Amino acid sequence: MNATLDSRALAASDAVLADQLAGLRALAPATLLPRTLIGVGLADAYAAIESPIGPLFVAFNGLGVAAVEQAPDGASFERTHVERFGRPAYRVTALPARLAGAIGRRLAGDRRVRIALDLRGRTQFERDVWTKALEIPRGEVRPYGWIAAEIGRPKAVRAVGTALGHNPVPLIVPCHRVVRSDGLIGNYSLGGPHNKRAILSAEGLDPDRLEALARAGIRLIGSDTTRGYCLPSCHAAQRITDRHRVTFRSTAAGHQAGYRACRLCRPGSAVAAA
Amino acid sequence: MDEPTLLDALADDLDGAFEPLVRARQNRLYSIALRILGDPTEAEDAAQDAFIRAYRALGGWDRDRIRALRLDAWLATIVVNVARTRSRRRGTTAGRESLTFLDDLDHPSAGSADTPHGRLGRSEASDAWAVRLLALPERYRAPIVLRHVDGLGYDEIALALERPEGTVKAQVHRGLGLLRAILEAETRAPAIGSGPPPGSSAPSRQMTANPSPRLQEVPR
Repeated sequence: MNATLDSRALAASDAVLADQLAGLRALAPATLLPRTLIGVGLADAYAAIESPIGPLFVAFNGLGVAAVEQAPDGASFERTHVERFGRPAYRVTALPARLAGAIGRRLAGDRRVRIALDLRGRTQFERDVWTKALEIPRGEVRPYGWIAAEIGRPKAVRAVGTALGHNPVPLIVPCHRVVRSDGLIGNYSLGGPHNKRAILSAEGLDPDRLEALARAGIRLIGSDTTRGYCLPSCHAAQRITDRHRVTFRSTAAGHQAGYRACRLCRPGSAVAAA
Repeated sequence: MDEPTLLDALADDLDGAFEPLVRARQNRLYSIALRILGDPTEAEDAAQDAFIRAYRALGGWDRDRIRALRLDAWLATIVVNVARTRSRRRGTTAGRESLTFLDDLDHPSAGSADTPHGRLGRSEASDAWAVRLLALPERYRAPIVLRHVDGLGYDEIALALERPEGTVKAQVHRGLGLLRAILEAETRAPAIGSGPPPGSSAPSRQMTANPSPRLQEVPR
């Protein structure tokens, strides 16, 4: 044995080592690509959730919830989704537990729970409308005109209706709680007016009673003890007993009778814009 | 796809070019993460995290800055840093939420994990080498992985690890020496230092076991 031989052996074994290490290149798992695209918002993941109108598909990505949609099955949801958003949707077994919990609390009426939304490409006006709709408590409704007045665009009542119709995340943004300015329940983007009534009923509201009041010309309900008047579905109005209930056709009529507007439901906004 | 082609595409249309970038580099980033971390799940998370960081950074840069990028060195920097951070936090990320896909993901590019040994390597022999690599102190492991598993040049590794090229060369050399020492120790005392016994498929957790404790870095 001499030094030359030793160093040759070392050199050879360096090459052998390099070859062995090169063999440690691995193939990425098939899930890495979709997970990455979902993470940056170039694809969505989706899963079904239960709702008062049956199963709904919720699509989300690293930016937030992108869509809530009714569809007969996953395949047709995926087709519609790629048409609407231009990106694929991958079905997952369930929503992440944290997101599922947050959506559950939101649907149960907790308005403080934060749910990130992916609203890329939406206008500021649409965001304003949807943000305002989030303020409407579970079991109550507000007219389109109320939203328009509250966001400082009292004449944009039709545009408010259009924006609500384009709401990509119905139920999470409760556009079902916004009704026609004449008090009738009105249309609904998620499967039509029948679903809107079903969701409102599930939230404890009686749509038939509400429409009966509207048809009778009753826009406001007041209390002769507090001397305040509310929109009919305001929870303050629902506490007024029959004995003390008074009704008004307009805010002007309420004012004339010496009543003031409820600070919770702010009926002035609705009537001013109607 | 080569660097200039990818960079041109990313500079022109980040959203359109990002998926091709992931397809072109996912095996490399995953391999780097896997050989530094040793665990396939952690490695997938780290590779995903690295790509997302890359996307967000690129989104804030103008075209010239993207075109001037040393793409592979830059991606290596990100994935090594992500893997190191994960390595330090290991065991504290139990609350991690992962997506379980319902369908078989047999997209054209992505069917790789279903091939035999797709996730861990080619064979038991390479499993044993993966274990030996994990026994290296981290400052040698990263340069060795970048040089000999990924195949980056020394200038790119120097950029990626922010170390002088001479230091990187010395660390790769020293790392190979340590690997050789591990191999020799196994030959002398197979019961202590050997890789997985024949016929067993090594669970990924075992890969973090250190077959040669004396080579561990002294905690600072």
